[in-house]
Amino acid sequence: MGTIDLDPKVPPGPLQEKWDHHRFSVKLVNPANRRRFTVIVVGSGLAGASAAATLGELGYRVELVTFHDSPRRAHSIAAQGGINAAKNYRNDGDSIQRLFYDTIKGGDYRSREANVYRLAQVSVQIIDQCVAQGVPFAREYGGLLDNRSFGGAQVSRTFYARGQTGQQLLLGAYQALARQIAAGTVRLWNRTEMLDLVTHEGRAVGIIARDLVTGELRRFSGHAVVLATGGYGNVFFLSTNAKASNATAIWRAHRRGALFANPCFTQIHPTCIPASDEFQSKLTLMSESLRNDGRIWVPARVGDDRAPHEIPEDERDYFLERRYPAFGNLVPRDVASRAAKREVDAGRGVGPLRNGVYLDFSEAIARLGRPLIEERYGNLFQMYERITGEDPYVVPMRIYPAVHYTMGGLWVDYNLMSTVPGLYVLGEANFSDHGANRLGASALMQGLADGYFVLPATISDWLAPLLGTPLVPTDDPVFAATEAATSERIHRLLSVRGRRSVDHFHRELGRILWDHCGMERSAESLDKAISDIPALREEFWTDVRVPGGEEHLNQSLEKAGRVADFLEFAELLVRDARHREESCGGHFRVEYQTPDGEALRNDAEFAYVAAWEWAGEGAEPVLHREPLRFEAVQPTQRSYK
Amino acid sequence: MNLTLRVWRQDGPDRPGRFETYEMRDVSPDMSFLELFDTLNERLVAEGREPVAFDHDCREGICGSCSMMINGRPHGPERGTATCQLHLRKLPDGATITVEPWRAAGFPIVRDLVVDRSAFDRIVEAGGYITAPTGSAPDANEILVPKEVADAAMDAAACIGCGACVAACPNGAAQLFTAAKYAHLSLLPQGQPERWRRVVGMVREMERWFGSCTNHGECETACPKEISIDVIAMLNRDFVRAQLRNRAPAAQRA
Repeated sequence: MGTIDLDPKVPPGPLQEKWDHHRFSVKLVNPANRRRFTVIVVGSGLAGASAAATLGELGYRVELVTFHDSPRRAHSIAAQGGINAAKNYRNDGDSIQRLFYDTIKGGDYRSREANVYRLAQVSVQIIDQCVAQGVPFAREYGGLLDNRSFGGAQVSRTFYARGQTGQQLLLGAYQALARQIAAGTVRLWNRTEMLDLVTHEGRAVGIIARDLVTGELRRFSGHAVVLATGGYGNVFFLSTNAKASNATAIWRAHRRGALFANPCFTQIHPTCIPASDEFQSKLTLMSESLRNDGRIWVPARVGDDRAPHEIPEDERDYFLERRYPAFGNLVPRDVASRAAKREVDAGRGVGPLRNGVYLDFSEAIARLGRPLIEERYGNLFQMYERITGEDPYVVPMRIYPAVHYTMGGLWVDYNLMSTVPGLYVLGEANFSDHGANRLGASALMQGLADGYFVLPATISDWLAPLLGTPLVPTDDPVFAATEAATSERIHRLLSVRGRRSVDHFHRELGRILWDHCGMERSAESLDKAISDIPALREEFWTDVRVPGGEEHLNQSLEKAGRVADFLEFAELLVRDARHREESCGGHFRVEYQTPDGEALRNDAEFAYVAAWEWAGEGAEPVLHREPLRFEAVQPTQRSYK
Repeated sequence: MNLTLRVWRQDGPDRPGRFETYEMRDVSPDMSFLELFDTLNERLVAEGREPVAFDHDCREGICGSCSMMINGRPHGPERGTATCQLHLRKLPDGATITVEPWRAAGFPIVRDLVVDRSAFDRIVEAGGYITAPTGSAPDANEILVPKEVADAAMDAAACIGCGACVAACPNGAAQLFTAAKYAHLSLLPQGQPERWRRVVGMVREMERWFGSCTNHGECETACPKEISIDVIAMLNRDFVRAQLRNRAPAAQRA
């Protein structure tokens, strides 16, 4: 192992001035020289599409690689509720400082101050940018922008486009991208999946990707590689992520030297539709915005089987309002999820499988009228009805927590560069801004901050000194060797010819993680997972069956590669959870809780980013620590009471 | 419940296709239509056969990936519902269900139920955007958008680009898709400066790939987001006006 430089490269000076100062101090590339640089962007969600479009506008040559048939299908499209920005249009006391503070606190003091402050600063520009692009945000009658509230905040700073905010923001970025594709600055490689990172003399110089239609392996050479490939929530099999979302790109980059930070910080979202049967292929999220008007409750009595409308008010327990009077139904996600789990575990769950809690709109409908509720949440109510066959205007929704977002990801410095020089990581794929718990409506904000504003400003610092450096040719031995390794892996997957499907192994892996490393974790459960996962991995490589060949569209083969990587990655996730002997945000270790059951942090020993280094097959990963220093905020125990 | 599936199988773009029949016994009515295909594929893999290829991703009706022609109707019998949101309880027990890919010249088949919809991307590239380079925007509240206009733009912008409109159209026309994007942008104040060049660019590109609209209205019925064909009227009217106004640049008029 060489020495690892975990310098976060946070600029000097007061927090408020760091980003300005930094933009002045980075090296620039003059406009006429930009076309001499090629940047590979992998992923076309909010972060990838906005980065590719912006780099194209600046004049760089961009190769955009996405496994989707169209960039517009990336999973950002499914984000429902909204995007935060410190505009203070409501005049309710919001400010950059407050958004920064809410985000740091919401993340349970496990994120880097300078990054979070920059995020809050840039949030304001994002809304301007999106409106200029024609994103149809909700409006007041006077023509000004409307806002709503989200969990973990006492101000209304969330901008939204009905329940389809992610869709509209992604289409905005996609359209900006389309313009650059037409202009020739961006080349689009759709249905093309990155399978490995190519490094040369320690820096990222390209990728190997598979054309999913022909099966052909392609070599891409660039002066920099940008990964915007999303999170790893699907390691749990059942999650709210899209079916194809996976960790292969970041995991392969990790194996090539990029440290992986805080993998155990996974977010369980409180408002999802409970699982109905064993065939269920994924869980569906109901936007957190519903908690603005819906009230969460369970029957006060264990085993109360009456229909919800038959249970009188005084026999209901509005447990969030009772336990957290100040924030009520709008406590952060980790707090709301654990509270719901506690009720269900205590036998007060509702629904046929007793695996949910009610989210009830009857009071809001009575107060505001059905038309207003329809206008705010119509598409969500419709989606709920489609899935459950129940009408939420009449019967309260049933909800239960589900894996939704992953705060961990590849370690990046202030410039969003990983520990592999020339390799940048954006959006959910990096670890940078949300600490141990992300606040609602902040994922869209971060994806677009990284893609529109941060990366385009920082990447020139890396590229400028490379002026005149030719691309590593794709027939260079480093490309051939990496391609050969990829090809060998594909052949291995196809040649096992076992008895069980890829989904079988994925489901099993998900079960291990949910049972032993889910909403609550203990040393004992984690040790169990650490011994179960390698056994399952072993079984996968001796008993998986991947039908078909490699020279055509083969969705089983695609899945097999992704699940094989999940089987490796899962172990790192669990090891990280095992080593972090404290509770914080979404990481709840039962051994470490306050007398009233809240997460108990251990700042003396664990106020750091855990960044793991790949040490080779069969070897234990090596832990590196980036200490977190808090100068602007004083870490306290989070209280939403 | 029990269902008989007749599924279109085709190994590649230039290979002959055929229907194959699968009996699905004791499936749960709470299953989604795509979960029915998951179950079928698990079985095919267990039998050592190749699973059915189909596009899908979010399974929440928003990404627009899923695209099955179910008994001759795009996305099946339920109005305003994408294939992934269709649940078996909406189908009659014991039914025989024919599942095909989108059939349109503009959407060549890739394999089984998977088609190539990249022509939609080309239409957007031909003008389906508002030029606003990153960093150049004024404060968001400086652009006033009346609520009615924002709502109408949002109605059109709800399009998920699935292609059901094309699949439903006897002419294989893409008017509803094109017009939805056009209306979204051209209703808004931000979309006015490029309006006339946008309509010409998008319509010309659309006509390269797809058939002509003859007002059957099948697209509106098939649309999982229930986008109104009113947007087509706006597209057609503006296309004519753009010619008369002579505002499109010479290159585009040629």
